[in-house]
Amino acid sequence: MLGKCIKKASSTVGQSIRYSSGDVRRVTLIPGDGIGPEISASVQKIFEAADAPIAWDPVDVTPVKGRDGVFRIPSRCIELMHANKVGLKGPLETPIGKGHRSLNLAVRKEFSLYANVRPCRSLEGHKTLYDNVDVVTIRENTEGEYSGIEHEIVPGVVQSIKLITETASRNVASFAFEYARQNGRKVVTAVHKANIMRQSDGLFLSICREQAALYPDIKFKEAYLDTVCLNMVQDPSQYDVLVMPNLYGDILSDLCAGLVGGLGVTPSGNIGKGAAVFESVHGTAPDIAGQDKANPTALLLSAVMMLRYMNLPQHAARIEKAVFDAIADGRAKTGDLGGTGTCSSFTADVCARVKDLE
Amino acid sequence: MLSRTVSSLSRVAPQTLGAVNAASSRQYSITAPRPPTELNQKLKVTIIPGDGVGPELIYTVQDIVKQTGIPIEFEEIFLSEVHYTRSSSIENAVESIGRNNNVALKGAIEESAVLHTEGELQGLNMRLRRSLDLFANVVHIKTLDGIKTRHGKQLDFVIVREQTEGEYSSLEHELVPGVIECLKISTRTKAERIAKFAFDYATKTGRKKVTAVHKANIMKLGDGLFLRTCEGVAKQYPKIQFESMIIDNTCMQLVSKPEQFDVMVMPNLYGNIIDNLAAGLVGGAGVVPGQSVGRDFVIFEPGSRHSFQEAMGRSIANPTAMILCAANMLNHLHLDAWGNSLRQAVADVVKEGKVRTRDLGGYATTVDFADAVIDKFRI
Repeated sequence: MLGKCIKKASSTVGQSIRYSSGDVRRVTLIPGDGIGPEISASVQKIFEAADAPIAWDPVDVTPVKGRDGVFRIPSRCIELMHANKVGLKGPLETPIGKGHRSLNLAVRKEFSLYANVRPCRSLEGHKTLYDNVDVVTIRENTEGEYSGIEHEIVPGVVQSIKLITETASRNVASFAFEYARQNGRKVVTAVHKANIMRQSDGLFLSICREQAALYPDIKFKEAYLDTVCLNMVQDPSQYDVLVMPNLYGDILSDLCAGLVGGLGVTPSGNIGKGAAVFESVHGTAPDIAGQDKANPTALLLSAVMMLRYMNLPQHAARIEKAVFDAIADGRAKTGDLGGTGTCSSFTADVCARVKDLE
Repeated sequence: MLSRTVSSLSRVAPQTLGAVNAASSRQYSITAPRPPTELNQKLKVTIIPGDGVGPELIYTVQDIVKQTGIPIEFEEIFLSEVHYTRSSSIENAVESIGRNNNVALKGAIEESAVLHTEGELQGLNMRLRRSLDLFANVVHIKTLDGIKTRHGKQLDFVIVREQTEGEYSSLEHELVPGVIECLKISTRTKAERIAKFAFDYATKTGRKKVTAVHKANIMKLGDGLFLRTCEGVAKQYPKIQFESMIIDNTCMQLVSKPEQFDVMVMPNLYGNIIDNLAAGLVGGAGVVPGQSVGRDFVIFEPGSRHSFQEAMGRSIANPTAMILCAANMLNHLHLDAWGNSLRQAVADVVKEGKVRTRDLGGYATTVDFADAVIDKFRI
């Protein structure tokens, strides 16, 4: 069984870390700003209650001024990430030009976190217009429209470059199929606009096709971005796993999050070669920071994704069920989901449920 | 009835007006007023059926026009990438539209990822838009009585999309094998033009707010230019409220609180996304009309441009969008009475809900729907 687990893990793209199941594993924890510390504490408490074999290495990522006068994230964070390979990150303030954003970028570059995974699932107990959503968006994370190459050719004429490479496309495509196989998903849909961007999206599409041929057990479909948007708001149940270039992924993942109730309940993971960072993608909510009103669900579910990534499926399943049950029950759910609970009462509720499930 | 036609005609074009005046001045000298000849009454427009269900939908409109006596005449230009050997040329299409009151009614032209013509990256749609300089795509998202939506809210907002540059510039090349760059071009001139168009549209139609949709936090120069230009133009329209929103957030807002929008203005690709998403909110691609507007030309086409290939020839597509496009076209041609009646007929059929195509949960065919519209048509 153990052998099988290891084999499975090692066969996975981007999941090359092997653990034996008894070890305590260290995870870099970046609590973040605003409500970040509260929800991080909540996650830690619940993990403790679930006896998850995780030890946290909290790290502050407030930028420090280097010798050259440039602000950058403390090197300790990068060192810890190198040692731990797995990180959990709360919301960070991103004042423009203050260097916080570079954390994402620095970690993403350092570990080549090429895929962003966002599972969006309707939560029982949090009613939205769409109650049959179960979509996973997998987004290429390193290039595309967000390659950041832009210049003004003459005043008033700007050229932004969308970069698509075979390597990055292949990484994300093969990850998507691996993810589908591991998580028992049936269909992978490549979302593209190759009718307009015939070369760039065409390349992405052809790499997806190439990878699809390697996974005969997973059904492969192709769809235009506009068609997906149109259908998604009418009947989201027709989609399963979606794989796409950067910008489309950005848009569709937020769209799907909107379907299930916003960024407060959707987890996210950035997967790379040998490392991964899981995070909540909502804002820092400075208006309610420190008032015990924050909803830890997004970070909790991200942590659950992290457990699955670290090959701890039993713990993951238990915590996940406890969270879903707590929200479905609704007595302790927080204000943003229409409940009357607080961050701490919700945490206590989940903790109790985790213990009951033992 | 006749007088109404004549009066609406008189608003059409000065030369027609002259003809009518001449006829009426002759009334005194000669015996009776001669009704304008059949040919005189009719206005010519170009139709471009397109691919997929496009031809079926266009023929539906032609049938309605024939049966109800709407005074327009069609000149068909077939443009297609799928049937590229039978396709007419862009030049022909442009010439035809120029000849026919600068107006066309168009179905979706399918653009496949496969190239039929070597070395031509630009699709037919894009080339047509560029040739006619149809810079603005206007899609009016409005809930129709009788169509059930998830949100159950009354939506009424307008999406204005720049559609001649941006990601659709078709400037792509392979730097080294396996590395492709695709250029997105943003210019101040075009950003300014579309922003002005949006604000003018808002002013003219009495709308309160314009929302610019962008991704300037990431594409600081390209989308930044668009955003700054919109902000600049907004200052010239103090009566209209202006706000900006990032594209991913816009999508999220559209699925949760779509009623907050009034007029939205955005670059090309985002427009494509928002058009379709918003169409999905009010019943799908089959019910939302749109139009592409330039300085000289107007093309009326469904708001979300899907060719719906899989339904081709099955007569299951919903012609509502195309018929509403035709109604809007009639209004544009100053045939207001006809346009309004046609719109009313469609609204009645949809509201009654007896004849519904499959996308709205019925089993009626495209032809059934058209027949129902003809039955309801009163002028």
